[in-house]
Amino acid sequence: MKKELKKEARRGQIMETALSLFAQKGFYATTIPDIAKKMDMSVGNLYNYFPSKEALAQEIIRYVSTMLGETIHEINESALTTKEKIRRIVRFYFGLCEERPELIEFFLRVYLANREVFHDGCEGMICVAPFMTEIMVFFEEGVRAGDLRNQDFFSAFGLFMGYLGGMAFLNGERILPKNLESYADEIADNIYGALKA
Amino acid sequence: MALKLLWLQGLSCNGNAHSFFNVPDMAGVLREFAFIYHPLLPCEATLEEVSGGDFSPDVLIVEGALRRDGVPRGDEEALTLITRYAKQAKWVVCAGQCAVFGGIFRLNEPDKIAGALYAGQERGGFLDAFEKKIINLPGCPVHPEWLLFTLRMLALGTVPRLDDLRRPVELYGYTVHEGCLRNEYFEWKVDAKDFGAKEGCLFYEQGCRGPYTRGSCNKILWNGVNSKTRAGMPCIGCTEPDFPAERLFETETLMSIPARLPLEVPKRAYLTLTGMAKAFRIPRLTRRKFGEEEP
Repeated sequence: MKKELKKEARRGQIMETALSLFAQKGFYATTIPDIAKKMDMSVGNLYNYFPSKEALAQEIIRYVSTMLGETIHEINESALTTKEKIRRIVRFYFGLCEERPELIEFFLRVYLANREVFHDGCEGMICVAPFMTEIMVFFEEGVRAGDLRNQDFFSAFGLFMGYLGGMAFLNGERILPKNLESYADEIADNIYGALKA
Repeated sequence: MALKLLWLQGLSCNGNAHSFFNVPDMAGVLREFAFIYHPLLPCEATLEEVSGGDFSPDVLIVEGALRRDGVPRGDEEALTLITRYAKQAKWVVCAGQCAVFGGIFRLNEPDKIAGALYAGQERGGFLDAFEKKIINLPGCPVHPEWLLFTLRMLALGTVPRLDDLRRPVELYGYTVHEGCLRNEYFEWKVDAKDFGAKEGCLFYEQGCRGPYTRGSCNKILWNGVNSKTRAGMPCIGCTEPDFPAERLFETETLMSIPARLPLEVPKRAYLTLTGMAKAFRIPRLTRRKFGEEEP
């Protein structure tokens, strides 16, 4: 049991290390030996944990998606108004961009930019299902509550997440004159204004 | 001794009376049961005689919605006549949506028209006093074989097991979705784009209510050969208390998510499985069986 826990913890460390390397250098420029070296372990031993670089990248996107999904689940289950929920989601996302930029970088620059890596095993939205499910629940309940205008899911989703992704990109490129979190409430109001019933 | 049946109507289109003619071997059925009166069959008594007499039926079959007055049958009000025979009968079988829930007639005068035990989804029918002898067989019309099944059970001295709406579990313990030949299309989220297409699921694009409608239409086929959904017509939920709903051929969606999900399926489970299924394209299910076009 203790050994299994240790192995699980080691797996987590490999994922964190790989995540930061992928986010920094991109998927193709990062090699398994790079990750092993940074972990101070042998390449052979690393393969005991993950069979391939693709499998490692897929596991990371599942991990990121689960983490995002869990927070949005909590927001969905709260008694907040839809307007306030949007605020909370935006603040959470921008907070993450500041505190764990590698997660967002990985999502934007590895997952979205290298779809071929996620073809076999992460078809469609399978690997981001925990996040997608909660964001769908958020929209559906917003309409049910009479707060959001009923429309095609992807029209609303694109407006919401595309906006946040765009701001995260500008922030990553150091183009924004102000700190990203200071934009959160204004952007949340814009999103609500665009989606409200 | 053949079971003595008395078929009386409230506000009705005769749909259930006609539908019953589609039982296999109607001639045999007429020998098997003794009809005191049926609105469309030559019988022992006329409606006038039934109204003036005292025939002590074993089973009273009620067709149609009920209203306190304004529905003359023979020399009296339909409700008076039906109530009198409900007292005498051992069993009261409500045949069809209107007798059970009030149906389309109730929508016209919701305060005045109801079924035997129910006014739509709420209690508040006209035959509450006879609750213990009522067997509800909703449907528009009731499937002829469901009615025959129930009558044969009663003829054998067996009471079908009933659910909390007093519907036989053997008939209404299923959803219309169960047994639908399009289930594989539902699983993989391949939608029928055209009305009447032989391929594709009707749930998402065509308003099919099969996944949340109770009834064994796809287990006991109509005329022994087919069902609405098998033929390409969405289930319109005709056995449910909220029938008829509006816009029966459209699936109401909220941000592209069906507003009503399969019975007791949690929203997150539905969304997760749907997302998974949509990630794959199964060539066999996306081809038309006849012709080259996509379903």
